[in-house]
Amino acid sequence: MANVIVYYAHPGHRHSHANRAMQREAQKVTGITMVDLYADYPRFEIDPDKEQQRLLDHDIIVFQFPLFWYSTPSLLKEWQDLVLEHGFAFGHGGDKLVGKSLMLAVTAAGPKDAYTPDGYQNHQMREFLVPMEQTATLCKMHFLPPYVLYGSLRVESDGFLSHAKGFAQVLAALRDDVLTPSSPKVPFLTAETLTLQKEA
Amino acid sequence: MDGFMLLAFIFIVAGVIAVPIASRLGLGSVLGYLLAGIAISPLLAALNVDVISLQHFAEFGVVMMLFLVGLELEPKMLWEMRHRLLGLGGLQVGGTTVLVMGCAMILGQPWTIAMAIGLVFALSSTAIVLQTLNERGLMKGDGGQASFSVLLFQDIAVIPMLALIPLLAVPELMDSAADIAHGTDGGHADTSHSTNNHGTEDDHSDAGHGPTGPAWIETLPGYLRALVTIAAVGFVIVAGSLLTRPIFRFVAMAKLRELFTATALMMVIGIALLMSLVGLSPALGTFLAGVVLANSEFRHELESDIDPFRGLLLGLFFMTVGAGINFGLLFGHFGTVVGLTLGLMMLKALVLLALARAFKVQGADKWIFGLGLAQAGEFGFVLLSFTVANDVIPKSVADVLLLVVALSMLLTPALFILYDRVIVPRYSDAEPRDPDEIEESGKVIIAGHGRFGGIVNRILLGAGYSTVVLDHQFDQLDRLRAFGMKIHYGDATRPDLLHAAGIEEASILVVAIDDREQINELVRYVTHNYPHIHVVARAVDRHHVYELYAAGARDIIRDTFDSSLRAGRSALEALGVHNYEAERMVRGFERQDRRALVDLANLYDPDVPVHENKDYIARAQELRAEEEAVMSGHGNSFGGRYQRGWEPPTLQDLEAEIAESQDAETT
Repeated sequence: MANVIVYYAHPGHRHSHANRAMQREAQKVTGITMVDLYADYPRFEIDPDKEQQRLLDHDIIVFQFPLFWYSTPSLLKEWQDLVLEHGFAFGHGGDKLVGKSLMLAVTAAGPKDAYTPDGYQNHQMREFLVPMEQTATLCKMHFLPPYVLYGSLRVESDGFLSHAKGFAQVLAALRDDVLTPSSPKVPFLTAETLTLQKEA
Repeated sequence: MDGFMLLAFIFIVAGVIAVPIASRLGLGSVLGYLLAGIAISPLLAALNVDVISLQHFAEFGVVMMLFLVGLELEPKMLWEMRHRLLGLGGLQVGGTTVLVMGCAMILGQPWTIAMAIGLVFALSSTAIVLQTLNERGLMKGDGGQASFSVLLFQDIAVIPMLALIPLLAVPELMDSAADIAHGTDGGHADTSHSTNNHGTEDDHSDAGHGPTGPAWIETLPGYLRALVTIAAVGFVIVAGSLLTRPIFRFVAMAKLRELFTATALMMVIGIALLMSLVGLSPALGTFLAGVVLANSEFRHELESDIDPFRGLLLGLFFMTVGAGINFGLLFGHFGTVVGLTLGLMMLKALVLLALARAFKVQGADKWIFGLGLAQAGEFGFVLLSFTVANDVIPKSVADVLLLVVALSMLLTPALFILYDRVIVPRYSDAEPRDPDEIEESGKVIIAGHGRFGGIVNRILLGAGYSTVVLDHQFDQLDRLRAFGMKIHYGDATRPDLLHAAGIEEASILVVAIDDREQINELVRYVTHNYPHIHVVARAVDRHHVYELYAAGARDIIRDTFDSSLRAGRSALEALGVHNYEAERMVRGFERQDRRALVDLANLYDPDVPVHENKDYIARAQELRAEEEAVMSGHGNSFGGRYQRGWEPPTLQDLEAEIAESQDAETT
């Protein structure tokens, strides 16, 4: 059993389809911690001590967010700036996160083929996530394969639902140590990798 | 009565004319008063006015001044000054006495007389020096502090001097003094001031700050005297700290402004009387009382009550010094008097400069210390009359010495001008030295410490800023004292109290009182008289904002607006609106409301009631219509603009975008 915490960050929660569905399904998973960052800190007054304690209490940290301009929503960036302190997360004495895992659950409005060298985004999705990956590396954390939804505005309503249910399964698998830092050697987590993992 | 009115009128006219001219010419108010006194001296002579008894009355201004000085000086600061007080002061008095005594003996005086002269001349003029230093803002500097230490020591030293002088009595002088032996200080007037009213026999000893000790205390054995003295000082300290509050509370019941003034005067005069009664210096007593009250919440109230009296009495005092100069005698012995005066001032200056060097008073401060204290002082008048009465100094000598004292006081402003014109320029650019301690920079005054001002105060204090808080409600004061807050009693709408609280040096005034009219009045007064001050004004409602804007305030805070916004936000959250969305909605509302406020401000006319202002009503109705459009879900709602950033593009937008990119590829 691993302690899983999901940081959900979406400033326009009411307008979101994919992320709202994902959050709803994730809340059904027992034994994990769900945090709605924009509800906890509507005035951006992040409490670093409280957040660091949360990190200490968990093994696997999940960021769930829509990709805004190839980055996280601003509050999640603020959270990183304030919570991942020198002496806590990195640098001299900054060993509190060593061995923990970071996983991203990202939704992107662009279609999957846009995130190729030939697509209009010109780069692979993983390339856009390099800053987060390096953040985990600097903190000596494992960076798990991201769970990504493309074309998040155009997916049919059952598509949202299957992606959201898949998210809940991923979280449950992380909780139950079915998914471990070393097991899936894939660039992205999908429903297939999950099935393969369970069979193995 | 007519005589009194005429006399008062003469003095006031002389002061009112001379002082502004002297200030305009850069001579300072002291020289203005002195010159005014000289100018009216023939008139006083013609009216047969007893200048000296008037002077003793006016010396009470010095007592008040020391009370005010004490108020500015917290006990902690006094304790920190102790080395300078004893070291600088003691050496100045001792050194000057010995040197003057030596010179007098060289000039052929017997040692007893020489020593008395030395004691008289060792003292400087508290009145002139403090007044001038305050006027120039030099009090807080190193030179000002050193000067004050010496003056305070001198004030204390008068008491043992008064005990010592009778021991120097020379029996041969007895006969010449026999006829005035019953008086303590009226004596020298007989010959030195032909203009005086010879008949006065008032005992002035309780008015001046050079007491001679009433007869009854002389009869007590030594240990009892000491006991009585200590008891009196103890009484002043204990009563000052314990009785002040109940007294002011009692007086406050009358809700009369002038009663506070009367109470303040009662305290000062009472202490002075008590001190005279036990043979101590009234100036010292009131100074002590001032120090005791320096930490109390009544400090600014007392300051503003006493200050006008101090100013008027000191002015009168300086004029009597000017008027008291006996020109007949002066011109008769012109060379001697001027020579003695200049010699004395040089000698005192040399002692002071040497001490400045030893005590590391440097740069321009050294010179303000050396030149500023080079005169003989008003104590000198008192001591001289006392020496004559005690057969220590012969009358003829004393008369010349009186002229020396007066002349040296008259020359002092000239030395300050010398300091300004010659010394300051020399030190202004050169000489690296420690910067003067910035006292309470960026000072904040908070008027009103209720629910509004109290929060402001806590925020500023928490951020490490020092504040001066004024409030005039006793129960409020009591409550806050329990929490260890330091606030001052007084009505902030009174200009003199604002002055005492230091509005000149303040950079920010927070107006947090409740009453709408009083807020307007205060804002109008401060923005008009102190345009450099940033006023943060509390508005009790929407229209009050406009009134305050018209009164000159530019930083106006509606007192219930922000809390209402928060209440609205809480309600939205309770209704299930996402916290962040509720926050954004309320911010949107706030923006829209502010815009409407500014919008309507341009149409608001303070002279026309709102319900008769047609343009205002029309625009207000437009704005109301906009709000209604918001509620019914269309229009430019306060919720709409802010959300736009998070709203995804519509499917139509996406189709159009894809179509465009396909067009671009095919062409």
